[in-house]
Amino acid sequence: MINVPEGIPIARPKIGSAGKTGLWRVERPEIHYDKCTKCRLCVLYCPENTIDLLENLYPQIDYNYCKGCGVCAQVCPTKAIEMVKEVK
Amino acid sequence: MVQVLKKKALALVGNHAVAYAVKQAKPQVLAVYPITPQTTMLEKLSEYVSSGELKAEMIRVESEHSAMAAVYGAALSGARVFTATASQGLLYMTEMIYWAGGQRVPIVAAVATRAIAEPWTIWDDHQDFMSKRDAIWIQMMAENVQEAYDLTLQAFRISEDERVILPVMMGFDGFILTHTMERVEVLEDHEVDSFLPPRKFNLIDFSDPVGVGPIAQPDEYMRIRFEAMKAMERSKSVIEEIMKEYEKLSGRKYDLVECYKCEDAKYIFVTIGAWSGDAKVAVDRLRNEGIEAGLLKIRVFRPFPKEKVQEYLRSAKGVIVFDRAYSFGSGGILANEVKASLYGLQTPVYSVIAGLGGKDVRPLHFQKVMEDLVNEKLEEERWIL
Repeated sequence: MINVPEGIPIARPKIGSAGKTGLWRVERPEIHYDKCTKCRLCVLYCPENTIDLLENLYPQIDYNYCKGCGVCAQVCPTKAIEMVKEVK
Repeated sequence: MVQVLKKKALALVGNHAVAYAVKQAKPQVLAVYPITPQTTMLEKLSEYVSSGELKAEMIRVESEHSAMAAVYGAALSGARVFTATASQGLLYMTEMIYWAGGQRVPIVAAVATRAIAEPWTIWDDHQDFMSKRDAIWIQMMAENVQEAYDLTLQAFRISEDERVILPVMMGFDGFILTHTMERVEVLEDHEVDSFLPPRKFNLIDFSDPVGVGPIAQPDEYMRIRFEAMKAMERSKSVIEEIMKEYEKLSGRKYDLVECYKCEDAKYIFVTIGAWSGDAKVAVDRLRNEGIEAGLLKIRVFRPFPKEKVQEYLRSAKGVIVFDRAYSFGSGGILANEVKASLYGLQTPVYSVIAGLGGKDVRPLHFQKVMEDLVNEKLEEERWIL
């Protein structure tokens, strides 16, 4: 553990400290695995770090925290990610 | 037994004396943007880096805002850092100055004080330096080139002390000190190494990552500011301790304030910065005239040494505070501090505003004001035009 003196403002990274931010989503990215080439660009570009790799190296989106910004769909070279309206 | 100290002395202008101190402090990262009257310091530092005498990364930034941002980041990663600016550059740097203070990053910044536009000027006053008084920075000011050298070395040590961890601003009057050559007694490199060991504190550990510059909820924010207040208060005794240690090394006495013939004085000047030297000359002349004059020089402005000010001024018959900066709509900035420190006591405090934008001030100006005080002709606030 790093020794940070009392009163120095720092934050320790923690999943979900701001609540389930996925609830803000208007559109959800859906991955069409038949088109995915496992290039991982979506993993790199996701600004919220909500895309993980499965054991078979395909990406998987954590919808608890994905805000639906659509960056992954934009960068996907094979258009394997589709933004779908959230219907409730 | 008298201990004879072998001292190495050099003839240096203020900017080069500070650069020499920085070279001896061995910072790893420098980011400085040139501005009059600081420029020759940057030039000297560049020479040291290019000749290999100072092994540091000199980042050529596009602005003062970037200069502070660069040293801020480098300092968080554990580097010893230095920057310097003045006047408009200090104003442009201001946003990052508050970041550095709030985040409590060990940084040393030299400010070659200069008046602020408008009207445009390059000459000296303290308006730039004083405008940073609420930025959670320790602020010190030098009286002469020797002090500028000494305080720069002390600033690194104070800033990095684990009980403090605050950025430190070392002010010294533009041109009056930056471009004036004086005999400066310098420490040997190995003496500086013993006084200033390599920096320890850093926030980067890949096995335990932390976020810096986080958002804080109101109760957290308030608590962090409270801790900063406590660190600033705590720093007073740490600064005294470090200054005592430096005194042992250098033979030169340092404290939060300097009392010049003020112990038995009835009438006392209060000053900060280079013109304290003129005030000392005035004190001597006034004493020859039979007036019991003295001087209290403020060396550390933040944290403000309230207790010392009370101790030295409480029984004075009259106190005259000379200000080279003004809070428009309120009063002389140093005068306000002194008045607040003496709250509840009966000591009369008079404020004199002089030397703005480099207007020449000499010992005779100090003398005249004190003679007027003794003859009960001094108004509560006087501007020497």
